[in-house]
Amino acid sequence: MVDAAVAYYRIGALWVRASMAYPASFWMMAVGSFLMTGLDFVGIWILFRNVDDLGGFSLTEIGFLYGATGLGIAFADLFVGRVERLGQMIRFGRLDTMMTKPVPLIVQVCADEFALRRFARVLQATIVFTWASTYVDWTMPRALVAVEMVVSGSLIFFCLFVSLACLQFWTADSSEAANAFTYGGNTITQFPLTVFPSEIVKALTFVVPIAFVNWYPALFILGREDPFGLPQALQVASPVAAGVMLAVTALVWRTGVRHYRSTGS
Amino acid sequence: MLHTAIASRSFRRYSTYVGATLAGIFTNSVFGAIMCFVYIEVWAGNPDAGGYDVSDAVTYVWLGQAMIMTVAVWGGGSPDDLATRIKSGDVVIDFYRPVGILGWYLAADLGRAAYHLLTRGLAPTLVGGLLFDLRYPADALTWLLFAIAIPLAVVVSFALRMLAALTAFWLLDDVGPRTLLGFVALFFSGLTVPLVLLPGVLRDVALALPWATFLQVPADIWLGKTTGVEVLGAYAFVVAWAVVLLGACALVLQRAERRVVVQGG
Repeated sequence: MVDAAVAYYRIGALWVRASMAYPASFWMMAVGSFLMTGLDFVGIWILFRNVDDLGGFSLTEIGFLYGATGLGIAFADLFVGRVERLGQMIRFGRLDTMMTKPVPLIVQVCADEFALRRFARVLQATIVFTWASTYVDWTMPRALVAVEMVVSGSLIFFCLFVSLACLQFWTADSSEAANAFTYGGNTITQFPLTVFPSEIVKALTFVVPIAFVNWYPALFILGREDPFGLPQALQVASPVAAGVMLAVTALVWRTGVRHYRSTGS
Repeated sequence: MLHTAIASRSFRRYSTYVGATLAGIFTNSVFGAIMCFVYIEVWAGNPDAGGYDVSDAVTYVWLGQAMIMTVAVWGGGSPDDLATRIKSGDVVIDFYRPVGILGWYLAADLGRAAYHLLTRGLAPTLVGGLLFDLRYPADALTWLLFAIAIPLAVVVSFALRMLAALTAFWLLDDVGPRTLLGFVALFFSGLTVPLVLLPGVLRDVALALPWATFLQVPADIWLGKTTGVEVLGAYAFVVAWAVVLLGACALVLQRAERRVVVQGG
């Protein structure tokens, strides 16, 4: 584990140095992605100029949901977002080269083209989260759940990125379908789930556990009853969901790698 | 004749990737559905926000999903090919072809847009029509007026993407400007929130910028918000931007030509 982290750090540092060869481009991209995620929240703020609440939640409560899911996907995207390019690595034969090297394959794939500019997204989510947090009535248990929420949220998005990228071991050009779950999961959890039909909420709880990224822990932290009448235990169950996701993802990744037989061209 | 041939080959080039197209349609449909539920909630709280009613808003969401790839709001298309060729130096071959670079790449991009309109434009709209109650153009003339607005929007978008790609002559790496442009386009095209919802001055400014031609102008024709003589005004607005931006491309290209150094020359 420690070895893997050190290897990740070394490969990552290499790419950071490489990207600094084009400083103008680096800064434009960093500022660009900061602004984009920023404009995203401006969009929600504009919606709120037309209504007082959305699905029974105020702007600050939605800011809290937004910041929490934003942090989750931002950390996952920063560290393993590159796994989306798996299909391209297979096509170019780079995965074969990686397999010959004495560093875990998953580390090499995720650290490939590590981009520090993605930190801009973490920064933006932190700003919204901090702002929204000032409106929360904090207690010790709530603070603990908040920490657990950000860690579990990052892990759940991490698992979504990796397990969906594994589809590319079978079909190399369908990578975009994964976006429906990763970025789609991020978009859907930016809003209170009361906006959506209850079937969707149940699917996001029991099939693909995206609701655990922020919705259930946030209900606990904001001191709200579950609007769908689901058990209160779910509100502190995010680590369980993350654990199940990790196990499934490990299985999917191993199956994918075993199935892989190079490109054959 | 030559340009038609380029366009039709570009169309066929994109049609090769069936898996990618299906994956994209799925993703567009998921995002469309998420935004529809949110907008239904917003318009339930404020039934005529921005002068739209709830069916207008829901229809606008699906038109937006249809335009993402067709107009290439995020970027991509033939200017990306040119940027790669500038970086590698292959662009010199483009310069000594007996065809203008702008015309060549514009034709290729229109071919791409036609393919994306028929697949990633049409299919999500059909899905949206099945899931939600959409508003359709009132008569055949409105369909026609809408259809004319699309290629015009593609030309404006092409010119903007081309300007970003041409920065590669100076910066060597065009990813920065390209990303920045994509983010600005995402917001000012009205994809984040309809431009009609923006407050006061911001709304007037946004409606005068070239990105308004991507989605807001065609959508207002579709929804019957722009009718009769106003449509001619809308066309004039789009054509004016197209002429100005293409002119800028030609100017930049002329200056860039002097910068190209062929190895050994």
